[in-house]
Amino acid sequence: MSTSQAIPISHTASKSGDRILRYTLAERVNHWIAGLSYVYCLITGLAFWSPYIYWMAALAGGGPTARFWHPWLGLVFTASTLWMYKLWRRDMAITDVDLAWKKAMPHYIRNEDDKLPPIGRFNYGQKIFFWVMFYGAILLLLSGIGLWFVESIPGSLRWLRYLAVAVHVGTALVTIGAFIIHVYMGTAMVRGGFTSIIRGEVSAAWAKMHHRLWYEQVTKEKSSQK
Amino acid sequence: MSQATLEIVKISGHAGPVPGEGVKRAEQVCKLIDTTTCIGCKACEVACLEWNGYTFSETTFNNSYQTMPETAWNYWNLIKFNEHEREDGTLMLLMRKDQCMHCADPGCLAACPADGAIVQYSNGIVDFQQQNCIGCGYCVSGCPFDIPKFNSQTKKMFKCTLCADRVTEGLEPACIKACPTGCLHFGTKDDMKDLAENRAQQLREHFGFEQAGVYDPPGVGGTGVIYVLHDATNPEAYGDLPKDPHIPWVVRLWKGPVKWLGNLAMMGGIIGVTLHYLRFGPKQVDDKKDSDKNGKGGRQ
Repeated sequence: MSTSQAIPISHTASKSGDRILRYTLAERVNHWIAGLSYVYCLITGLAFWSPYIYWMAALAGGGPTARFWHPWLGLVFTASTLWMYKLWRRDMAITDVDLAWKKAMPHYIRNEDDKLPPIGRFNYGQKIFFWVMFYGAILLLLSGIGLWFVESIPGSLRWLRYLAVAVHVGTALVTIGAFIIHVYMGTAMVRGGFTSIIRGEVSAAWAKMHHRLWYEQVTKEKSSQK
Repeated sequence: MSQATLEIVKISGHAGPVPGEGVKRAEQVCKLIDTTTCIGCKACEVACLEWNGYTFSETTFNNSYQTMPETAWNYWNLIKFNEHEREDGTLMLLMRKDQCMHCADPGCLAACPADGAIVQYSNGIVDFQQQNCIGCGYCVSGCPFDIPKFNSQTKKMFKCTLCADRVTEGLEPACIKACPTGCLHFGTKDDMKDLAENRAQQLREHFGFEQAGVYDPPGVGGTGVIYVLHDATNPEAYGDLPKDPHIPWVVRLWKGPVKWLGNLAMMGGIIGVTLHYLRFGPKQVDDKKDSDKNGKGGRQ
């Protein structure tokens, strides 16, 4: 599943050739289920993380309510991440092009995008973020089940209780780090990225600048369909 | 539950100072359980249920005197029966009254994230405040004695209160009151330690229990419940009584260095992306400069 198989946007837009479908409706819905459920787990999880931010539980209806819903929204997040895997796993495979781009990443950080090799639908950073969140979701699910049903772990296996705590906390911190960068890049740094994950479209110039190989692929397919 | 604020010396999940910390010096209360004179009559269990308003739970039969495997949210006090074969081949029936140990350094309180859900009073009693409990079960991971139990209906944790309500009024805990053999004692920690050491000495010198001793584990800072054991070198024989209990190091790390390193990393991340924005700014796509014939420039 990718936008290359998707129907082009609107007739007026395709006529002028300036808007390209980057994310299908299913991809956008999926992204926002994952995003919102993650943010819920983030807020409630941070409340349980430190007494100094326990007040965050109030944003989710108070401590007991936050505690009740945190694991359920965690399940929603895991399910949406698995769906995302189904949608994007092929697009997220790391290729030789990505490795060349990775070497040139300092240019990307310094906004010297003209010095970067052309890449496909997602860049190396996006792919790493995807895989961090995918494996993170699996680890958070497994350790979260241990925390959810901690009393079902017999005392003789109490090392499993400690393992669940350690894995859940460690994985959560890694995903939070990735999440901070993701939100910053998606909203502030890469202009046009945030609107693309809401309405699905980017301009041709945007596609050419950030994902030239993907741009060439989708425009070629579109013109060959005519 | 009815203790004044200044009686509270430790509060779980609490940001800022604790009102009663270092304010007054109170006698540490202590329960002494002499396992060598316990007859396993379960009067303490009945008294506990009576005083705290619970009814008997369903019992199980496993070819021993053990009526249920472990304490429950509504069954805070349980005698554990253990058949123990000594080196000379003779059999001992070890009976240990199991309940919250009221650690001086409580693992449940260290692990708890909910402000005020677990408190420690100046007399040493560790008490759950169910109105503040969120039912997360972290205390289960923090406790080296496997004591806190979850009520799945109310989503709250429960355990022995050392009859904090009775002790506040100058009474002894209900279990002590009911014991017919006098194997249970209640008083200050110092007095109970003296009594326990005397009894252990008596066992060593006159009863042939050369390893007799007192169980007051230093790993959790000592406990508000201490045992006299026939063999203090082998507490495990009394049914999962840990030899050297301490707050799990994972819990210590989690609530200590990991928390502060994690907080610094999160703050660092936010500061880092902010600085990046101030230094490099956004990636703008200038549609007008676009000279590629495939596109005539898009809107941003």
